[in-house]
Amino acid sequence: MKLINEEGLRTDGRKFNELRPIKIEVGVLNRADGSSYIEWGGNKVLVAVYGPREAFPKHTQNASRANVNARYNMAAFSVDERKRPGPDRRAVEISKVIGEALRCAVFTEQFPRTTIDVYIEVLQADAGTRIAGLTAASVALVDAGIPMKDMVVGCAAGKIDGKVVLDLNKEEDNFGQADLPMAIIPRTQEIVLLQMDGNMSRDELEEAVELSKKASMYIADLQKQALLAKYKSQENEKEGERGE
Amino acid sequence: MNVLDIERKIVLPGEEISLEGMKQGNGIYHENGKYYSYQLGVLQTYNSYANVIPLSGKYYPVRNDRIIGKVIDVAPSFWIMDIRGPYPGFLHINDTPWKNMDQDLNRILEVGDTVFLKVNEITESRQIWLSVKDAGLRKLEGGHIIMVQPTKVSRIIGKAGSMVNTIKEMTGVKIQLGQNGVVWLDGPAEKVMEVRKILRYIEKEAHTSGLTDRVKKMLEEKR
Repeated sequence: MKLINEEGLRTDGRKFNELRPIKIEVGVLNRADGSSYIEWGGNKVLVAVYGPREAFPKHTQNASRANVNARYNMAAFSVDERKRPGPDRRAVEISKVIGEALRCAVFTEQFPRTTIDVYIEVLQADAGTRIAGLTAASVALVDAGIPMKDMVVGCAAGKIDGKVVLDLNKEEDNFGQADLPMAIIPRTQEIVLLQMDGNMSRDELEEAVELSKKASMYIADLQKQALLAKYKSQENEKEGERGE
Repeated sequence: MNVLDIERKIVLPGEEISLEGMKQGNGIYHENGKYYSYQLGVLQTYNSYANVIPLSGKYYPVRNDRIIGKVIDVAPSFWIMDIRGPYPGFLHINDTPWKNMDQDLNRILEVGDTVFLKVNEITESRQIWLSVKDAGLRKLEGGHIIMVQPTKVSRIIGKAGSMVNTIKEMTGVKIQLGQNGVVWLDGPAEKVMEVRKILRYIEKEAHTSGLTDRVKKMLEEKR
């Protein structure tokens, strides 16, 4: 399958360094302490955050810090073939790496013996859901008022038709040579998540990391705008009812 | 963000704050000699301290806070209370004005009862001990409970209680405010609903200024 045409454009008409359209919303759920919703190309992901709250069962409590507990879950209808519901090998792995990436930014030592639960529900998948979920999760954490040193933001890069490109879509992910999801803390440029599926040379890897970093800084701005928009819109909005 | 800029500026986690001679207050951390906000909040200065007042989040107990708690469990000599924080609160029988005559705490407070109480002590291991031994503290009977965001309670109180007193005077509803975002209201149902609406409005507009006057206007229109 040809993924890049003669003009250097990809199957969906993007250039090698172009992102898919991203839309972030904040505070979409009333029951959760914090929530967000992200649409990233064909991905649709909903995130709810609870906590800090007492960790149960008791043996999971850490006397010196809070646990950050992420759960990544794909809806049965999120992909073309019905996905068998429930956690599988892949979901457990993604939950683990997302939780660890978020832990890098949260001041966990402020809340010993508690847990911060992050529920990531993928409603529609189109490659790059772990990064979409992670990006939305850090927005939801801020919405929940949890102390963090900065927001976590990510982006994927990859290699298709021998060329390094940004933000793979489904076809590029399936028929390309490599996929490299990455997440950073924008202020310090620390890398908090980095995985690779496929093969890349060292130079290509470095190129992909640089590409992702640049894109992440742009997405970090989108996150900030989404959070500020919640409070700006309230100024104009008329008085509305909210459930208990 | 410069602290001397206009009041009520919203900051985000990781946003740099230049203190301009002010001292580091709440909601701010420092790294490599620079200061940053650690939560979503409003940057304010108070007594030469720069603070970030959170716009959202749970209730974090502070000693002597007056809060409203709900009994979630009864132990042999104390009750376990839900105080809407990261940890449960404990209310020992000795910290209440009630006498434990027949060894059964269920006769005094049952699961589901609400109590207006204060935070007596927070131990090193974050155990929260509560007390009902102070003026005005009591078991709340009847009335309605409304939950608001704990971070918005100070706005509902207003400067020296101006906001809550205005609402009380103009609607005649009895209001008991818990610092943890639990509000107990007692009065005729339609008046209570009116106050509820006002509280929701304050919650939404908490980060804007001139709120008390606007609330006054809203109440006058309803008369």
